[in-house]
Amino acid sequence: MEDKIAAHVRDIPRSGIRDFFEIVQSMHDVISLGIGEPDFVTPWHIREAALFSLEKGRTGYTSNLGLPKLREAIANYVSRKFHVDYHAPSEVLVSVGVSEAIDIALRALLNPGDEVLYHEPCYVSYNPSVTLAHGKAVSVPVHERDNFQLRAGELAKRITPKSKILLLNFPTNPTGATMPREALEPIAELCVKHDLIVLSDEIYAELTYDGAEHVSIATLPGMRERTVFLHGLSKGWAMTGFRIGYACAPAPLIEAMMKIHQYAILCAPITTQDAAIEALEHGDAAVAHMREKYELRRNYIVSALNEMGLPCPTPRGAFYVFADIRPTGLTSRDFSLRLLEEQKVAVVPGTAFGKDGEGFVRCSYATSLEQIKIAMERMAVFVAGCPRR
Amino acid sequence: METLLRLLQQNATVSREDLARQLNLTVAEVNDRIAALEKDGVIRGYQAIVDRERLDQNTVTAFIEVRITPERGGGFDRIAQRIAKFDQVVSCYLISGGYDLLVVVEGTSLREVASFVSEKLSTIESVISTATLFRLKTYKENGALFTADVPEDRLVVSP
Ligand SMILES: Cc1ncc(COP(=O)(O)O)c(C=O)c1O
Repeated sequence: MEDKIAAHVRDIPRSGIRDFFEIVQSMHDVISLGIGEPDFVTPWHIREAALFSLEKGRTGYTSNLGLPKLREAIANYVSRKFHVDYHAPSEVLVSVGVSEAIDIALRALLNPGDEVLYHEPCYVSYNPSVTLAHGKAVSVPVHERDNFQLRAGELAKRITPKSKILLLNFPTNPTGATMPREALEPIAELCVKHDLIVLSDEIYAELTYDGAEHVSIATLPGMRERTVFLHGLSKGWAMTGFRIGYACAPAPLIEAMMKIHQYAILCAPITTQDAAIEALEHGDAAVAHMREKYELRRNYIVSALNEMGLPCPTPRGAFYVFADIRPTGLTSRDFSLRLLEEQKVAVVPGTAFGKDGEGFVRCSYATSLEQIKIAMERMAVFVAGCPRR
Repeated sequence: METLLRLLQQNATVSREDLARQLNLTVAEVNDRIAALEKDGVIRGYQAIVDRERLDQNTVTAFIEVRITPERGGGFDRIAQRIAKFDQVVSCYLISGGYDLLVVVEGTSLREVASFVSEKLSTIESVISTATLFRLKTYKENGALFTADVPEDRLVVSP
């Protein structure tokens, strides 16, 4: 059967995260800092809204683009929080997670061979999603010395006449990097100059720390008309299992994405769309509560990592620390495997997020402080026992 | 200051070191802030939240609605403070609505609580009436849910 698989699918390598997942799952008593989803249960008022929706017997399809009321709530939220205005009936599409929105945006835009630039280390699905849409994925390295922010110089070097899309993700999984306005400006200028479309995955927008305000690239001059703003409820609202995401973009592009969405998916589930309305309209306090918890844990984990000799500048977003393990002399993979075997702590090798992740491991702090404490104690023992320091 | 207090309210037993790490403060700074909160009377004490139903002894909790005649000059304060001083009274609030005080009383038996009400509370001159409501089951107390928590079933490693 193998020879029947489409070549571009066959050639996609197995995800590094999956490999690691299987090893961890086969072990007992592991403390996992490898989890990329909130440890919080969805706030009760949102779960209750889902129950209420079921109780009322709302169990059918919705409009392809999503419930009009939800699209209205999304437009209001995006305007209120990020200061970009979208016309709810024509410029907002509700998707099954940001995952689907990325996929249909790429498929709607790419002709075979078009190039998609993305910064690496990055979320694991970007590169394969581009390949699956018959595009060519072109990685742009980001560096620790720049706090993992994307630099215009690195980007400019890789722009060719075939470049069509720039995929951005700030705050970033796996580095926790954020981009203040000043850092985004030169990137936006390049996009305008080279007529690039930006897919901006802002799924961690609510989770920024030290008072850092999230700035969407869509707010910069000349950008709204070339940006697909992607967001969803998975992270900020702890709703990963609800599978609700959305795209905001100029109407012709939403229309094109809708063509794929309507045939491939039809619509996002109505129960969780109803819950999403509650989340967007009344969820600010719950989100703020979780955000504060993450910030406190981040402070804890960063101070513990620095103390054990793994330098890590304080990340200002998402719920990840990308710890520099080079002082141990181990590769990311060896570090992660040995830490798992010897101390039963799971972290994800930086290389799972691209080859530039070598020398780093991703530690997620979407886990209780109690667990983080034990993990840090064990990790300190492991690091102290490493040969080269 | 807000955050420190919130953390203590959620769990007053966290170590000062853990508080310091989370708040990006030194242990000495945390100690100073807590000392100040205690001195200013913002923090009134530290207690365990106990699930009484798990204890053998059958403690009784009663919520007593008390109506009183306010005193000229003193209003409700003097009488409320007098009631609050009884050891059996664990909480005492002045409230709005159909009655004036809500008094929470704990005892080891219904009889004990009943006699406290009839002998001590009702006999106070300005008390006009009382209505006693007994606790049957606790679902949540001071922010702590008493019902089973949601099981941990997240994937062990995820993107
Ligand atoms: C950067 C990033 N984008 C998208 C997703 C997927 O989100 P969703 O649950 O909305 O599909 C994740 C999940 O880990 C992520 O980290």
